[in-house]
Amino acid sequence: MLTQYAFYFLSILAIFSALMVVFSRNPVHSVLYLVVTFFSIAGHYFLMNSQFLAMVHIIVYAGAIMVLFLYVIMMLNLNTDTEPNKSNWVKGAAVVTGGLMMLILVVSTKSADQLPIQKALNPNIGLISNLGKVLYNEYMLPFEVSSILFLVSMVGAVMLGKKETY
Amino acid sequence: MAQLAWLVPLFPLLGFVIIGLANRNLSKSVTTLIGSGSILASFVVSLLLFFEKVSQPTPTTVHLFDWITAGNFSAKFSFLIDPLSTIFLLVITGVGFLIHLYSSGYMHEDDGFRRFFAYLNLFVFFMLLLVMGDNFVVMFVGWEGVGLCSYLLIGYWFENTDYNNAAKKAFIMNRIGDLAFLIGIFLIYQHLGGIDFNTAFNITNLANLAKGNPSAITAITLCLFIGATGKSAQVPLFTWLPDAMAGPTPVSALIHAATMVTAGIYMIARSNALFSLAPLTQDIILYVGLGTALLTASIGLFQNDIKKVLAYSTVSQLGLMFAALGVGAYSAGVFHVVTHAFFKALLFLGAGSVIHGMGGEQDIRKMGGLRQSMPITFWTFVIGTVAISGIPPFAGFFSKDQILAEILAHKGIGITAVAMIVSLMTCFYMFRLLFLTFFGNFRGTQEQKHHLHESPLSMTIPLMVLAFLSTVGGFIGFPHGIGHEMGIHHWLDGFLAQSVVITPNHFTAGQEWTLIGVAVGLLAGIIFWAMKTYVTDGKIPVKDSEMEGLQKVIYDKYYVDETYNRLITKPLNQISSGISNFIETKIIDGGVNGIGHFTKWLSSGIRTIQTGNVDLYFFAMTISAMLILIIKLFDK
Amino acid sequence: MQEIVQGVPLQHYIWLSAILFSIGVMGVLYRRNAIIIFMCVELMLNAVNLMLVAFSRYHSGTTGSSAQVFVFFIMAVAAAEVAVGLAILMMVYRNTKSTDIDFLNRLKF
Repeated sequence: MLTQYAFYFLSILAIFSALMVVFSRNPVHSVLYLVVTFFSIAGHYFLMNSQFLAMVHIIVYAGAIMVLFLYVIMMLNLNTDTEPNKSNWVKGAAVVTGGLMMLILVVSTKSADQLPIQKALNPNIGLISNLGKVLYNEYMLPFEVSSILFLVSMVGAVMLGKKETY
Repeated sequence: MAQLAWLVPLFPLLGFVIIGLANRNLSKSVTTLIGSGSILASFVVSLLLFFEKVSQPTPTTVHLFDWITAGNFSAKFSFLIDPLSTIFLLVITGVGFLIHLYSSGYMHEDDGFRRFFAYLNLFVFFMLLLVMGDNFVVMFVGWEGVGLCSYLLIGYWFENTDYNNAAKKAFIMNRIGDLAFLIGIFLIYQHLGGIDFNTAFNITNLANLAKGNPSAITAITLCLFIGATGKSAQVPLFTWLPDAMAGPTPVSALIHAATMVTAGIYMIARSNALFSLAPLTQDIILYVGLGTALLTASIGLFQNDIKKVLAYSTVSQLGLMFAALGVGAYSAGVFHVVTHAFFKALLFLGAGSVIHGMGGEQDIRKMGGLRQSMPITFWTFVIGTVAISGIPPFAGFFSKDQILAEILAHKGIGITAVAMIVSLMTCFYMFRLLFLTFFGNFRGTQEQKHHLHESPLSMTIPLMVLAFLSTVGGFIGFPHGIGHEMGIHHWLDGFLAQSVVITPNHFTAGQEWTLIGVAVGLLAGIIFWAMKTYVTDGKIPVKDSEMEGLQKVIYDKYYVDETYNRLITKPLNQISSGISNFIETKIIDGGVNGIGHFTKWLSSGIRTIQTGNVDLYFFAMTISAMLILIIKLFDK
Repeated sequence: MQEIVQGVPLQHYIWLSAILFSIGVMGVLYRRNAIIIFMCVELMLNAVNLMLVAFSRYHSGTTGSSAQVFVFFIMAVAAAEVAVGLAILMMVYRNTKSTDIDFLNRLKF
């Protein structure tokens, strides 16, 4: 029963803060709301026994990515005045499109109900030791390849961030 | 020991890599050391392999790695060490080493000294692959590789357009043969189910094919033979070899006399199991070989360029080897390859020494009387001339005598007479060359006379070694009949019995003595005639402009090049330019441009949708994604 | 029809992710600030992650934890993407003194 309450609480929190990301005027507030969203998603991971994933999620998203966002926003010195509003017509279209999207997504995943539920054999699969075994056995190559991806993106970021002196 | 066979090609390859990469950073003496040393090392290993095969003649396969495996097809990178390949290994590395040594003196003043050695080492590497490969694919790699090196070395002095053209000619004519060779390999795979020698020459396999589809064997052997005519310069693909003399003289000696051009002989001798089952092909080989020998020997009679004479002589000797193969005397052909490698390398190197001494002059009309100033070159050249003419007991006598005897045994007196005429012509033009070059009075300029000198030791030592080999090299193949009587057996035939079919002729000693007597008598007559004409009477060949009639036709090589030019090259050029003018510009370009214009016209309307408004793009993307989902939803 | 896992049906997770995803989509369409748009894209990625984990929780069976590993990789790719994307945004800002996507109207032929 407690988990149920937790689920609904976290869901409402996530949806509310996600909406606030979109609607708040100040970009810094948007970032902070997004952090809240991420924390509630991490909470969901906890509820689903994916403890390690939840920790990584907080570290990577809230800890690294959002700090990067915040850093950029502050460096660019963005505030509420810099962004003119779109016309109401476009805003309305955006809300309607978003709603339609949700509708379609819900309908198209409806058939997932019919699948038989097969719970994981090992309830502790989300623990770091079990995940690590899978990651380093079955997904060794993608894991190594992702290091190349990081290298490339690092080089790319440095190149792009450099002052154009050439 | 045989398992170390991979060392043999490794040394030249390392030599090539080191010299090729270091290039300018190596001093000339270090280059010589690496270049010649690598070949010497290969020679030592080859010698060990050879002695192992002498005591234990069963073939050994050295498997290095699986190279290509696809479905049923497999080409392994492995070497076959048997008597036939060890004989060739010895010739390639032995003569190759001497020529490397010689080159260090001959090319010493050349700017591209290191490039030259790198190419030469690469050539030896590929040549070794060619003779060591235990399947047709490895052989083909070597085959193409030596063609490449031949191209590079003929066009070695690439500033000269003529030399480049000669290189291109050699390469392209070789390609024609290579194509046939390749088709032959495909046919072998199709009909015999494998390209390694064990499968392709499997006796039961071959017997089945000979029973079921004898024309397949003829087709295979014909394709292989056409491949051989390209590499070994036989009619109709022989015209590249005389032009190949554009390369430096050591190259002519190594590639275009001693080793590469004998690849065709090796290939046919290696495939003797196939060729023995195709009598039609054998006849074709015999007649093509004899025809080539006769044609080029007659051209050789009137040439005045010292290297051209030797070049035509090479083609004609190769023709004789093919004739031997054509009557199924594979070991006689291989025997002549060996002795020919000795004396023809000797003659080329001697000619190089003469050219060196004359400061680049190659026309024998401007030489004469060189025997006083170049004694070592003179005496070794005499030995080479005597050996190639077939005078006993020099090397050429034994091998040529065996070829004549085999032709006589299989084809009768008529064909043998043709071969005999070839050998008499050879004798005549070689002695003509010898007399015009070394006897009489000096006919060059005063400056050249002043410059005349004997070549340095690095050049004369190889000459002396080769002269020694040309003198005694023939004893490895002592005639059967006479040898039997004297208690000496034909060592080479016995040694090669593991690799090729040996069909000894059954001449008695008396018959062989008769053959030798006739040959030697005729040769002596020819030599006296040549001596009378060029020494006693002191005749000098006339200038180019004064030639007329048959002599001019022969001097101009029967206009074969011109005929090829008119019959093949020009029509091809015309067709190509027609295609390029019409099909290329009108149809292909027009079509491609038309599609381009059409697309441009079509898109000129649609492109206005692309406003550059990112918002619009976002909406379009979202709605499209939704549409895709909806379509998937109803598409069940 | 629905067996309850931890008291919450799978359907609810699907709804939650769908809502979060749609909010992301809406945000992308709604705002003009490129950084906010970027954040909305991150939100969409997270909605997908959540869905993956939820499905693996209810339907993984014997296949174990592949979905969670997938989520790892998505996070890795997202991190790389953010680094490059923000660098591009910096570049854009340096050139146009703005992060307003309506000024970036040169994406046309």
